[in-house]
Amino acid sequence: MIITRPRDWGRIKANLADVDAKSVFIMGCGQCATVASTGGEKEVLQAKTALEQAGYAVSGWAVGEVTCHSGGTKLETRKHFGDLEAADAVLVLSCGAGVQTVADSVKKPVFPGLESVFLGNVVRHGVFEERCQMCGDCVLDKTAGICPVTTCPKGLLNGPCGGMWNGKCEVLRDRDCTHVRIQRRLIEQGRGGTKVLPAKDYSKKLKPGSVNLRESKKGGAK
Amino acid sequence: MSRLSDALERGEFVVTGEIAPPLGTDLAAMRHSIETIGPYCHAINITDNQGASLHLSSLAASRAALEMGFEPIFQQTCRDRNRLALQSDLLAAWTLGLENVLIVTGDDPRSGDHPEAKGVFDLDSTQLLEVAAQMNAGTDMIGRPLKGGTDFYLGAAMFPEAEPWDIQLLRAARKVEAGARFFQTQAIFDITKLERAVDALRPMGAKIIAGVLVLRSARAVDFINERLAGLMVPEEIGARIKSADNAAAEAIKLATEQVRAAREVADGVHIMTLGLDDAVPEILAGAGLS
Repeated sequence: MIITRPRDWGRIKANLADVDAKSVFIMGCGQCATVASTGGEKEVLQAKTALEQAGYAVSGWAVGEVTCHSGGTKLETRKHFGDLEAADAVLVLSCGAGVQTVADSVKKPVFPGLESVFLGNVVRHGVFEERCQMCGDCVLDKTAGICPVTTCPKGLLNGPCGGMWNGKCEVLRDRDCTHVRIQRRLIEQGRGGTKVLPAKDYSKKLKPGSVNLRESKKGGAK
Repeated sequence: MSRLSDALERGEFVVTGEIAPPLGTDLAAMRHSIETIGPYCHAINITDNQGASLHLSSLAASRAALEMGFEPIFQQTCRDRNRLALQSDLLAAWTLGLENVLIVTGDDPRSGDHPEAKGVFDLDSTQLLEVAAQMNAGTDMIGRPLKGGTDFYLGAAMFPEAEPWDIQLLRAARKVEAGARFFQTQAIFDITKLERAVDALRPMGAKIIAGVLVLRSARAVDFINERLAGLMVPEEIGARIKSADNAAAEAIKLATEQVRAAREVADGVHIMTLGLDDAVPEILAGAGLS
């Protein structure tokens, strides 16, 4: 899931001041931001209270089912047409994908209420860790299922670097060095002695990413 | 052929030093350091944005050392440049007459003076060694022939005291496979651990230059333990410096003992003075090296 965290309140107020907003509509997200406790109903209502205490009118609010879904978000905004018309700006408590979907669906200025931080594993309730960067060129087959691109702070494919000390990472000193973990697991599985991993193909991650299953079904673009 | 490679391959015990280029364009202090230690060294490492902090480029500073008549070891980290810039700088280095290259990963930007910088690490140090070795064979990293290649003497870093040792050794061995001909180690405090590194890597054809740090003051000991990644001064050595009446004199004595011990084991010493450049002749003479 996409992990988000609250955006600096001062920046949100500055954004609203830029468009001289007096009335705000708030949109949350029923998926990731709900699980991350940043943009579910509870957090949307907290934002409503905070805005009202700061002197803004809140014309309405909604928690879209999947705010990054274009069709669903268009429907959701149509349901709240009147409240959105009454608003000078929309504050979206979702990841950046959801913010852009809302911005495409309404004519009002739309502002992010959260920062999108990473694709996260849910380690346990309320604890998220980044394990994958979606690089498009997976090396987990060679690295015993531990991603060095993501979990080594330097993103080195071959390690450890010179800063490793007693098996610990030089940058995040309380964490085990990813490369030590990889080599340990490879050795345990009888897969030691891996050759040098070649330089990564960053063309696989050229922005913006796009996948179109309809096109590929027609035998078109991949 | 560089003077360093010539001496190492002939089996001569070598001495290397280390200089950080200035933050700015005034080369006077750097030149003074080079003049102080240069006459005692086979080659001098010129660091590349050392400690992830801004300095004049190693390329320009290495050339300055060469023009002064001293042989530089051009250092290249993987932190600040992508594969295009790294290769382009390697080509530039060769045209500037720089024959020795030390290839290292580089400290993370978060530990330096520009903590908001993006760490590049497009290639890691093993991959960059492979690229430089390919250039020596006449092609760039995608196999296109170079109009005029290189003939670098390639070095890498390693840490004989790092644990787990089996994984550290595996990494060093891969660097040799990738093209490293010599290693410069991080500071050595335990000679038996230097021995285990030499015993393992020498049969692979690599030369080992042992790092010796001049622990010039109690403050230096604390700085290393708190701030320098992957380096810890053992308690008894830290205590020896801290309890000395004259810490600098004690540090020189300690470094002299370490150089003398390394002579029995390694192919050379790499002296890091932490600014106490004037101590180099005394250390080398004390260890019977001048």
